[in-house]
Amino acid sequence: MNWAAISVFFSGLLFSLGICVSGMAQPDKVTGFLDFVGDWDPSLMLVMAGAVSTYYILQQFILKRAAPVLSRKFSLPTRRDIDGRLVAGAALFGIGWGLIGFCPGPALVSLVTFNDSVWIFVISMSLGMYIYGSLDSRYTGQPDGGAGYMEIVREVEHIKRTIRQAA
Amino acid sequence: MENFTPVASFIGGTMIGLAAISMLFFTGRIGGISGIFGGLLDAKHGDTAWRALFITGLMSGGVLMLLFHPQSLDFEINKSILAVAVAGLLVGIGARLGSGCTSGHGVCGIGRLAPRSLVASGVFMTTGAITAIIVNHIFGGTV
Repeated sequence: MNWAAISVFFSGLLFSLGICVSGMAQPDKVTGFLDFVGDWDPSLMLVMAGAVSTYYILQQFILKRAAPVLSRKFSLPTRRDIDGRLVAGAALFGIGWGLIGFCPGPALVSLVTFNDSVWIFVISMSLGMYIYGSLDSRYTGQPDGGAGYMEIVREVEHIKRTIRQAA
Repeated sequence: MENFTPVASFIGGTMIGLAAISMLFFTGRIGGISGIFGGLLDAKHGDTAWRALFITGLMSGGVLMLLFHPQSLDFEINKSILAVAVAGLLVGIGARLGSGCTSGHGVCGIGRLAPRSLVASGVFMTTGAITAIIVNHIFGGTV
């Protein structure tokens, strides 16, 4: 019995129940929150409050453990630098999110309704992720984070300096 | 504010937080949906099984809701196919370029007080608000 696999399945299940109960699977509620100058619906603030406070409180206890329950180690992001890719990516993401009111989770959950727009959204989203992923690995050799790109930049800077010094 | 649902939204949000923290507790991973789903589309990742299981769980929850509480998935999208497709592309590219979405940055990242996630969430909330305001007040809600 692979308990880790079972736990992941139930995490996904609970996630989607939360998304539906919170109202986030209704794009009108999301755009109704983002458009705060119109007929404002602050519900999303409570979704965030519930989710973030739960996560914040419990992660403190969990990260005191040497390892997760069903895995050898924690795999957490370690980067702390704010770079252009992070800001540009978040900006584009926000535009797409505000346009329709779907972010990845609610869109994937809503596939089960067989609503045409949801399927178009998820297919375009997957295409966007795929295009980005293949361009990224072609130019940076890294599937994520752009650390490889920074290495190339540093290398080029180093070569430039060497040439300048030689000249 | 007649659509305000504070109790349901807080309970649902807490469930989302518990789901995300259960990923950390059991497998030590961040419960970021775009990262988990995006990894499935990346041929380089050799770890597709657990990602697929998470997405299967996500959609099974959708089926349960459809059976027992279909109102929560009852919505209409009055935007053009073009707008929907553009939005999807932007969300997909943006989530990968910015290393996360509303769950990875907005819930797990803010919940860990990670500086990158605080910045990313501030940025997508801002551009999301500007976009929603333009759509509703300049284009009359339909694009």
